[in-house]
Amino acid sequence: MRGSSLLSCSIAAALFFVTPALAQGFAGLGSDTTGFEKPVPGKKLVFPQDLGAHQNFRTEWWYVTANLTDEAGAAYGVQWTLFRQASAPGDERPGWANPNVWMGHAAVTTATDHLFAEIFARGGIGQAGVTTTPFRAWIDDWVFDGAKLVASGPDFRYAFNLRDDGPLVAQGDNGFSLKSDDGRASYYFSQPFYRIEGVLTLRGKEIKLKGLAWMDREWSTQYLAASQKGWDWFSLHLSTGEKLMLFRMRDASAPDFRAGTWIAANGAPQKLARDDIALTPLAETKVAGRTLPTRWRLQVKSRGLDIETAPVNAASFMATSIPYWEGPITLQGSHAGKGYLEMTGY
Amino acid sequence: MKQVLWTLAALLSHWRRRPGNFLALFVGLAIATALWTGVQALNAQARKSYDRAASAFSGGGAQILAPTSGGAIAQDVFVKLRRAGWKVSPVLEATILIRGVPYQLLGIEPLTLPRGVAVGGPAAATGLGAFLTPPGQALASPEVLRDLGAAEGEKIALDYGNKTLPPIQANPDAPAGTLTVDIGVAQDLLGRNGQISRLILEKPPGPGAPSLESVVGAALRLVPPGEEEADLKRLTESFHLNLTAFGLLAFLVGLFIVHAAFGLAFEQRLGMVRTLRAVGVSTRTLAAALLSEVVLLALFAGGVGVFGGFRLAAALLPNVAASLDALYGARVAGGLTLDPAWVASGLAIALVGALVAAAGGLTKALRLPVLATAQPFAWREAQQRFLWRRALLALAAFGAALAAYAWGQSLYSGFVVLAGLLLGGALLLPVLLAGALRLGEASAGGPLQNWFWADSRQQLPALSLALTALLLAFATNVGVGGMVEGFRNTFVGWLDGRLAAEVYLEAAGSEEAKRIENWLSTRPDVQAVLPGASATVRLSGWPTGVIGMAAHEKTFRDHFPMLEQTPDAWDEMKRGAGALVSEQLARRLNFSLGATLDIPTPRGNWPVKIVGVFPDYGNPKGQARIDIDALTNHWPDAPRTSFGLRVAPEQAPRVIAALQAQFGAQIARITDQANIRRISTRIFEHTFAVTAALNTLTLVVSAIALLASLTTLGDMRLTQVAPVWASGVSRRQLAQLEVLRILMLTAATAIVALPLGLTLAWCLVAVVNVQAFGWRLPYQMFPWQWAEILALALLTAALAALPPLLRFLRTTPAQLARIFANER
Repeated sequence: MRGSSLLSCSIAAALFFVTPALAQGFAGLGSDTTGFEKPVPGKKLVFPQDLGAHQNFRTEWWYVTANLTDEAGAAYGVQWTLFRQASAPGDERPGWANPNVWMGHAAVTTATDHLFAEIFARGGIGQAGVTTTPFRAWIDDWVFDGAKLVASGPDFRYAFNLRDDGPLVAQGDNGFSLKSDDGRASYYFSQPFYRIEGVLTLRGKEIKLKGLAWMDREWSTQYLAASQKGWDWFSLHLSTGEKLMLFRMRDASAPDFRAGTWIAANGAPQKLARDDIALTPLAETKVAGRTLPTRWRLQVKSRGLDIETAPVNAASFMATSIPYWEGPITLQGSHAGKGYLEMTGY
Repeated sequence: MKQVLWTLAALLSHWRRRPGNFLALFVGLAIATALWTGVQALNAQARKSYDRAASAFSGGGAQILAPTSGGAIAQDVFVKLRRAGWKVSPVLEATILIRGVPYQLLGIEPLTLPRGVAVGGPAAATGLGAFLTPPGQALASPEVLRDLGAAEGEKIALDYGNKTLPPIQANPDAPAGTLTVDIGVAQDLLGRNGQISRLILEKPPGPGAPSLESVVGAALRLVPPGEEEADLKRLTESFHLNLTAFGLLAFLVGLFIVHAAFGLAFEQRLGMVRTLRAVGVSTRTLAAALLSEVVLLALFAGGVGVFGGFRLAAALLPNVAASLDALYGARVAGGLTLDPAWVASGLAIALVGALVAAAGGLTKALRLPVLATAQPFAWREAQQRFLWRRALLALAAFGAALAAYAWGQSLYSGFVVLAGLLLGGALLLPVLLAGALRLGEASAGGPLQNWFWADSRQQLPALSLALTALLLAFATNVGVGGMVEGFRNTFVGWLDGRLAAEVYLEAAGSEEAKRIENWLSTRPDVQAVLPGASATVRLSGWPTGVIGMAAHEKTFRDHFPMLEQTPDAWDEMKRGAGALVSEQLARRLNFSLGATLDIPTPRGNWPVKIVGVFPDYGNPKGQARIDIDALTNHWPDAPRTSFGLRVAPEQAPRVIAALQAQFGAQIARITDQANIRRISTRIFEHTFAVTAALNTLTLVVSAIALLASLTTLGDMRLTQVAPVWASGVSRRQLAQLEVLRILMLTAATAIVALPLGLTLAWCLVAVVNVQAFGWRLPYQMFPWQWAEILALALLTAALAALPPLLRFLRTTPAQLARIFANER
């Protein structure tokens, strides 16, 4: 789940204020949801339409993370993200008057290195967008089309091939993913079964990599209460072939909101109950002037899962317009595997 | 130390007793400094603006991609480049008119705009959201808001197209004269949907990215860093050099005054100096005191001068800015700030000037033998030797001018010619006047006449500095006045020939142009539709416009002003085989009729024969004119959007109104001949307003010099006039002789100034102008102008002679008798 109010609001802020210092100038936009639709339970996901943009919702994203290894077995992480933020609802209209602003984030993480890049683009002119037949999401020369994943930034460039080994997986209740007790939510589905391989050029050196990738699609208009300060989110590839998604929304005035999905190796999802999940920070790291919990104990009681996670690189910090921590992790305990951790609002 | 101070006090007491002399010195130095620093301030301000304009897009190492053949870039090219990994940001620029005043409209795309690019886009205070979300914002510097008389949030209407700017917002970082809006807003305002002027490249793409050619072919060109800045600097260089030359001239005239004033003061104080030495003041102490005096005066007058210069620059800036904008499209910010650097340089030049001016007097005072008799009127002693030396120096100066003319190739050599002429004239003047007076003396009949001539010769050295200043002022007035007047005549005639069509319009785009052309062809009141198109190329690195025009019989063949042409010029051009080139282009590339011009086009080099050379006054860039169809063949992308319409002059307003009613925003610009003429003439007047102002100031300065000299002289001359009075010549008669003398000397100076001024004018139109702007003006003479200047000169002299004369007339016989007695 990449969806919660903070990221949403932050994206709104970032998309409209390229530097954080500009943010105070445009206070109204984040809260004005007039005219936009809100997610409701019971909607059926439709493909390929739902792979594309939803102009009547304010915010959405196409989010790919991948855990890779080189020929020597060293761990690498790769991120590719495209965000869309609209200032007004309505049909996609061509030209500069189009209300969409697009933002791309790309990152490469190794045990010692973390490189990232950010791109902004206006809607309506073709610099960024998403088509459904065939499916293609792009911003500048960054592309994700289900078969290819390409991005570049200062000192890195990657081009990977993707192959899906399983079905698309609806998160929450058939794609309706609740984010708070007062009913704010998003539509959310994933493709956690990508096999990925290709070449990463890192600081001038070409490296062959292969591994597993996970794609999230999520869209909404207004996510959560103002009291929610951020979230911790995990996507895990277990060595059994099963997949696991867990998150908790941290609330300043209420208990954390926890949710998750256990995905069988054949792609069958099972929504996890709030009390079935325990997410416990074990150790903190100081990075970019913030203190973040980079080691965690994760428990899913009903599945007998009790693991500890460790970051491949504790300094996987995205110092982008909206700063957050996003990086590959390894697992130890009742289950083995690897995955991605995202932490916001620290 | 104490002795130095006392000596200084004694020396300074002189100025208290002679406030007139002090005033001359002070005003002279202050004006000289003011003119110099004023001009420096104007130049500095302009250069600062260019740098800001140039760095606006090249900040943080960004580069520019421009269309290879001029015209616009299609928006698709921008998207194509972005999707190929080229980090480019689109910019759309155009000039808009708001209440008749041109402003630069800058459309930017803030999300892709590289950071560090200072285009005065949305900043922290205003926020991106308000800029991007409808209705958007128009960002402008506070000066622009002031010029527009607009309050923040106001929506300002453009002069055409029935369009309104988004709410205006102040941004102190915005470039001068510019309104910055979102590119989408700009496209809409200009009716140029899907068009981009240029792309800003944040940094070259990484090694894996495709080459520029493989993405967009030859459509775009990477502008080498600094090229635009260099262009602007090169184009405006001659303008600034002219301004500097004028400033320098004014400064030199000012220095003449200072020199005269110091010279007189030193002469007058020789007695005091002798006394000081006699009572035991050492040469060293005296030197220290004299030097301190000069420094004190220089700093005091220089300080006032710097302030005056600042005020002068502030007063002239709007005109200078308007000229630079009109001539070169260079924007100069309106607000002048007092820069410590040029305050310091102003004071320094005042100090150096004062020291140079005082050097002669200083050495004389210091070398004075202690027991020598004071000889306040010993000027005439080495006069003969002095005149010879001057004559030789004058010859050397003329020789240098001649050499610079014969072998010089640059603007600087042009100025050397000017300087040589002026210096030679200045040096020669006393020699000529002395010769004339000697002749007069030889032909004198009777003692009074004899005295008159002898006394005139006696006064000549003291007056010669002031007269020299007057000579320079007259000569420059004749020269520059002649050039400006000649230019005005030529320009007006040329404009009439150039503006052959009655209505000019520019369509918003190619599609619109076709619709408008079709519609026009059905109208009976439109006699002819003359389409135009253009492309921009670089010939030997020089930016050159290639204009496609129709060789329309009744419009161009008969009226288009040409300097020279082959007999079949228009037919050759119509065939697409010949090109007309501007005088600037022909001169710069050293082309003559019949030569072949290789024009780079998107389809390779295109050789055309030069069949005509036309004057293109005021255009800093080169221009070649070819047949419109030939242009469209070679530049298929060049938009064919501008038209000249032949209609009966009285029909023009009706046709314009009909076009506007029919097409509205599809017409980007429409105007009639009269309006263009009005604008062009206004630009012309702006350009020479500064020249005229400096010219007048030079004349004022020289008048002050004359007044100062005469005032001081008048006082001292009493000792010489008293004996004549004692011999029985009445005060009235003496006064008449005084006036006659000064008028005679002034007239003689004016007579010398006339040929000098005419040579100067010739030098300006045939040497300096050609070097500075690339075109030559016909040399014209304006006798009534000379008469005017002569009358002005005589009036100046008479006025300057008046105060001392009045004092003389008020001198009682008793005083005269006393002076006579004392002197003997």
